[in-house]
Amino acid sequence: MNDKMIATNLDFYYGQTHALKDVTLPIKERRVTAFIGPSGCGKSTFLRTLNRMNDLIEGTRVEGTILLDGEDIYGPRVDVTTLRKRVGMVFQRPNPFPMSIYDNIAYGPRLHGIRKKSELDAIVEQSLQGAALFDEIKDRLKKSALSLSGGQQQRLCIARALAVEPEVLLMDEPTAALDPISTQKVEELILELKQHYTVAIVTHNMQQAARVSDFTAFFLVGEMVEFGETQQVFHDPADKRTADYIGGRFG
Amino acid sequence: MTVNTAARQATAVARRPRSLTETRIRPLDIFLRCISVLAGAVTLFLVAGLIVYILAKGLPGVTWKFLTTEESALNRTYGILPNIINTAYIIVITLLVAAPLGVGGAIYLNEYAKRGRLTKVIEFTTEALAGIPSIIYGLFGMMVFNNTFGFGYSIISGCLTLAIMVLPTIIRTTQEALRTVPTGYREGAAGLGASKWHTIRTILIPCCKGGIITSLILSIGRIVGESAALIFTAGIAANLPSNWLTHAGTSGATFAVQLYQYADQGRNDVSFAIAAVLILVVLAINLLARLCGGRKKA
Amino acid sequence: MTETKSALSSAKRAKGAVERVMNIVFLVCGLASILCVAAITIYMVVSGLPAIREVGLWEFLTGTVWAPTAENPQFGILPMILTSILGTLGAVIVGVPLGVLTAVFICYLAPKRTQTFLTSAVELLAGIPSVIYGLVGVTLLSPFVAGVFDLPSGASLFTSIVVLAIMILPTIVSVTITSLRAVPQEYYDGSLALGATSMTSIFKMNIRAAKSGIITGIVLGMGRAIGETMAIIMVSGNVVNMPNLFGSVRFLTTGIVSEMSYASGLHREALFSIGLILFIFIFAINLILTGILKKGAKQ
Repeated sequence: MNDKMIATNLDFYYGQTHALKDVTLPIKERRVTAFIGPSGCGKSTFLRTLNRMNDLIEGTRVEGTILLDGEDIYGPRVDVTTLRKRVGMVFQRPNPFPMSIYDNIAYGPRLHGIRKKSELDAIVEQSLQGAALFDEIKDRLKKSALSLSGGQQQRLCIARALAVEPEVLLMDEPTAALDPISTQKVEELILELKQHYTVAIVTHNMQQAARVSDFTAFFLVGEMVEFGETQQVFHDPADKRTADYIGGRFG
Repeated sequence: MTVNTAARQATAVARRPRSLTETRIRPLDIFLRCISVLAGAVTLFLVAGLIVYILAKGLPGVTWKFLTTEESALNRTYGILPNIINTAYIIVITLLVAAPLGVGGAIYLNEYAKRGRLTKVIEFTTEALAGIPSIIYGLFGMMVFNNTFGFGYSIISGCLTLAIMVLPTIIRTTQEALRTVPTGYREGAAGLGASKWHTIRTILIPCCKGGIITSLILSIGRIVGESAALIFTAGIAANLPSNWLTHAGTSGATFAVQLYQYADQGRNDVSFAIAAVLILVVLAINLLARLCGGRKKA
Repeated sequence: MTETKSALSSAKRAKGAVERVMNIVFLVCGLASILCVAAITIYMVVSGLPAIREVGLWEFLTGTVWAPTAENPQFGILPMILTSILGTLGAVIVGVPLGVLTAVFICYLAPKRTQTFLTSAVELLAGIPSVIYGLVGVTLLSPFVAGVFDLPSGASLFTSIVVLAIMILPTIVSVTITSLRAVPQEYYDGSLALGATSMTSIFKMNIRAAKSGIITGIVLGMGRAIGETMAIIMVSGNVVNMPNLFGSVRFLTTGIVSEMSYASGLHREALFSIGLILFIFIFAINLILTGILKKGAKQ
């Protein structure tokens, strides 16, 4: 079990705010790692540093290193687009593009130079199947993606991320905007995905973390308090703060 | 899922991740960035070039005498005092007609009318008025005010024509201002037993003062620059008023119309002097509109 | 007791009367737009029809000879119609790419200060009166065009197109900026997360998402271009020729202005007919615009 990604002594600042303090954390290959903690604890910020989506926000600063397969993603000559192709992301609110379902999935592959119709067709089908959505919507691939239900939209976004064949998939509270049935489908999907992908998921839902993840990291006001196997973190936390938080949430 | 898994594994083997630091040159990206920057530069150059060119060619001709005398064929001097006076007449009378109508129309749309077919038609026609070009206003004004009403070429004909032309500006800007007044104010006033008209008079209009003034400034901008709609209606005379009251009934050219007259006669030096004055007025109006707009936001 | 009651009700009645009067006053103000549009339409049609009836609609629209003062007068306005259409299309072809790219620059590439500066510069461009464009066109652009293309005179369709393109620029830029700003950030983020560069995201995602707004801007610009008169009257050459890019031409609009001062009789009526044709063009553009906006609202 390799460390697919590893953050070492990571500090992150929004202007004057010290949002992440000295975080050291591995993301294990082909496992699901969950980030939990109260809102504002820095778990989403950490997730977004993993594919440098925070670069978009003005006045942010990163110190420390994050390695992807041994390469520092904040290194001087790093091509951010290559990084984001290899480390994909699914957002909290489903964000299908205002185009057809097919074009949504094909958007990424087209970006990366795939033009052949037959190839694109295959990728679209594969990705939709990978997101367990193909059977539901195979007859309306040409319809607008905005016509799908919220749960379908989120799975479409997952399919869209899979279409560029990432190695790591980051999910930022992917079920926060979904109903329970859609949530369950996405959770099943996550368990499926870890056969081929490394998954990191931010969630505010303890039960969800317990259900889907192999490893759990607990964040509190910018610090990574505890990291370990999910079983251990939930049932035998090493840190008192973790125990309080989990106890409070579960009890 | 299982078939798919096999396919996926096959591609996974074939795929070798690209190193993060592998440099890639993206010609399309560079091209898009370049043409966008170039377009911005061209636009900036156009605006700056136009203004600098006009001021450079025109300002030397703008003297105190130029602004305070009338043209004298005898002395071969040029002066635009009559045009300044005509422009002032036209601005004042046009706004006196258009402002109440426009503000009233906006109030009707926002406060009185129920959303329905009538408001849709009013909004559509307001848009349509905004889309009608000056030259059509000129023809219409000539037919209605000069001929049917019998005003002839006169400042008043020009004013009535322009009043229709600036109506959409006033209606739309006032409507926007009215929309920013919180519903709570209206409900609060109604709760105190104030009638609708009372609420409008004491609360809505004072609240929207900034927006209304902005709309008037924008209208002045259009009036000052207008030419096609005025040539056929207000005419092209440039005389000092012999009688301040009846002056509105006589033909009179604004700056912009006078500018065209001189350009048509090939007196480009005089045209540029007027153009410089016009540009300064436009700059001032833009600045004023911004100040009013800024105050509204604050 | 009864006294206060009657005082109350009479006050109420007085108030009610004022309310009713004001209600009517505001209604009348609201109807002003409808009244104006109706009056303009009626006047344009009534004054435009007689000459068309006399000359014959087909002859009027497809005739290629405009000789209103000849012994045997001919009233064919096809050259002017084509010039107006081509001039408008030309302005769109030149002005739209420049405008959209400028908007992209302002929205995504320019530093903050350049952004505000350029935005106000574009606003200023919108405020510059037509006659000034005409003046600069005739003194600066026209000789320049004559020099570059080695023409006897720079007054041509080409010069007019350049002037019109600059005039529609502010409309295109500001409408495009508004619609680009309305594109949800999530689309852009989503595109980046798939490994797109920021430029590709802007052009493949944001511009696409802002499409209907940009088209609205183009149609508005077309309306402005086809109705423009004073800016091009001095740079178009004003000879009624079939349109030729580097030849002297006359637009529908400039046709009206250049002859109105001395026209009489059927000639004058024919000028009003030109006005009617122009009005119909504008009306069509307005209808297209409403159609687009409606479709946009549905989406």
